[in-house]
Amino acid sequence: MKIIVSVKRVIDYNVKVRVKSDNSDVDLSNVKMALNPFCEIAVEEAIRLKEAGIASEIVVVSIGPNAVQEQLRTAMALGADRAIHIETDSQPEPLNVAKLLAKVMEVEAPELVILGKQSIDSDNNQVGQMLAALTRRPQGTFASKVTVEGGDVLVTREVDGGLRTLSLTLPAIVTTDLRLNEPRYAKLPDIMKAKRKPLEVKTPADFGVEFKQHISQLKVETPAQRQAGIKLDSVDALIDKLKNEAKVI
Amino acid sequence: MSILLIAEHDNSTLNPATLSAVTAASQLGGDISILVAGSGCQSVADEAAQVMGISKVLLADNACYEKGLAENLSVLIVELAADYNHIIAAASSTIKDTMPRVAALLDVGQLSEIVAVESADTFKRPIYAGNAIATVQSLDTVKVITVRASAFEKAKAEGGNANTEVVDVVFDIGGSRFVSEELVKSGRPELTAASTVISGGRGLGSAENFSLLEKVADKLGAAVGASRAAVDAGFVSNDLQVGQTGKIVAPELYIAVGISGAIQHLAGMKESKVIVAINKDGEAPIFQVADYGLVGDLFEVLPELETKL
Repeated sequence: MKIIVSVKRVIDYNVKVRVKSDNSDVDLSNVKMALNPFCEIAVEEAIRLKEAGIASEIVVVSIGPNAVQEQLRTAMALGADRAIHIETDSQPEPLNVAKLLAKVMEVEAPELVILGKQSIDSDNNQVGQMLAALTRRPQGTFASKVTVEGGDVLVTREVDGGLRTLSLTLPAIVTTDLRLNEPRYAKLPDIMKAKRKPLEVKTPADFGVEFKQHISQLKVETPAQRQAGIKLDSVDALIDKLKNEAKVI
Repeated sequence: MSILLIAEHDNSTLNPATLSAVTAASQLGGDISILVAGSGCQSVADEAAQVMGISKVLLADNACYEKGLAENLSVLIVELAADYNHIIAAASSTIKDTMPRVAALLDVGQLSEIVAVESADTFKRPIYAGNAIATVQSLDTVKVITVRASAFEKAKAEGGNANTEVVDVVFDIGGSRFVSEELVKSGRPELTAASTVISGGRGLGSAENFSLLEKVADKLGAAVGASRAAVDAGFVSNDLQVGQTGKIVAPELYIAVGISGAIQHLAGMKESKVIVAINKDGEAPIFQVADYGLVGDLFEVLPELETKL
């Protein structure tokens, strides 16, 4: 079966985020960028399904400026077979991304689409669910285990207070949570090989999708900074402060 | 102006996160209808009718809504949406699963996990794991919103007197089937809902030593968390991880033990009301965000805390 994995280029999770002085957005100039951690898990899961002989082809898709090709190459170094780059300089909202991916699904006809549950920049947690709604397909979000059984996929989901397992009829949409797997690192020979794997460049217009604005970002601020408090010299002093000053115990 | 609020529940009781969403909804201005969709959930509807600020309870009681499958629930909400300007709910796992489907079916954007209501169309929400706060305005006629429950006080659970209307539409979409569930039967509260959290880091040194932390947690009725370093070292499983790529918590009291305070970890806990840091390294960055710091050996401090609490 064919799997599509959609990935996003985001700020590296170890980088400290700074807000621009004019409060228009976060400052991303000269910061280290990387594959979104949840997308890395999505790529890894697809590779494992291929290694298990369940998947036959992995197509990785990313939407954004030229630079996202770096992340597509990374995904191919890890094991994806080919890539589709949908080029745009704007930062499309989740619904626009979902509309583009729905068109990619029409063309590619995958049995499974795996996405990260959210990106660590906009923290929306929307695209997978929106894609499933637009294509009228079942979804297994926040997956910690994925098992393909015939024409179904069993997805164990991380829910408040535990785990819940659903059976979905393929084609289905799965979004990844942290516990699904531990992504591998790309090996140097594979990084070299990935440079020769096919990467197709498309535009939103090629898919007949026009971006529509639903949400306007008015301002971005640094959250109220915490002040360092006081240092105490004993457990007794700590308990006293928590009981009588903070009143939290 | 009218608001449709989706109740979070387990078919027997109303989840308190719903009360926080009621507070957020009441700041929008307008009548609030609350949808209780489930199976055998009359008791939840009765509870919802008592909540202060609710004008109407919509009860959709059918087996197809029992497990809150997003495919069915989203179509039900869309069916009801025509009468409302806002569709809002607490960002529980069911709602995070369902609401973007609602937005997509309505062809509108979604505002995820708002932490403040500025006006009926403008909200604040954390981005970059809370390292920045965005003020965002919805340009759609229907606003689909999820609420970070920890950012809003809970509405009063009693004192209201809303009528209940039965919604008799059944959407059994198919394609998705509930198989099983495994709910954690820990005596400790759930990490993201706990009012006190005590987390351990690499400083704990081993999986066995986490028992020192658990004893203190049980004294405090606290949930146990961990830093990524502790998870990577294999001390605990990663469902306990607090941080940018783990769980985001905002309890009344957060106690960080043997945690240095990497950005990754701070992003997951810095909205906590009171932060306590216990670390032997007085220069550890965790002390810069802690209200109370105790520089000391956690292997002495934890047993002492357990005895004295």
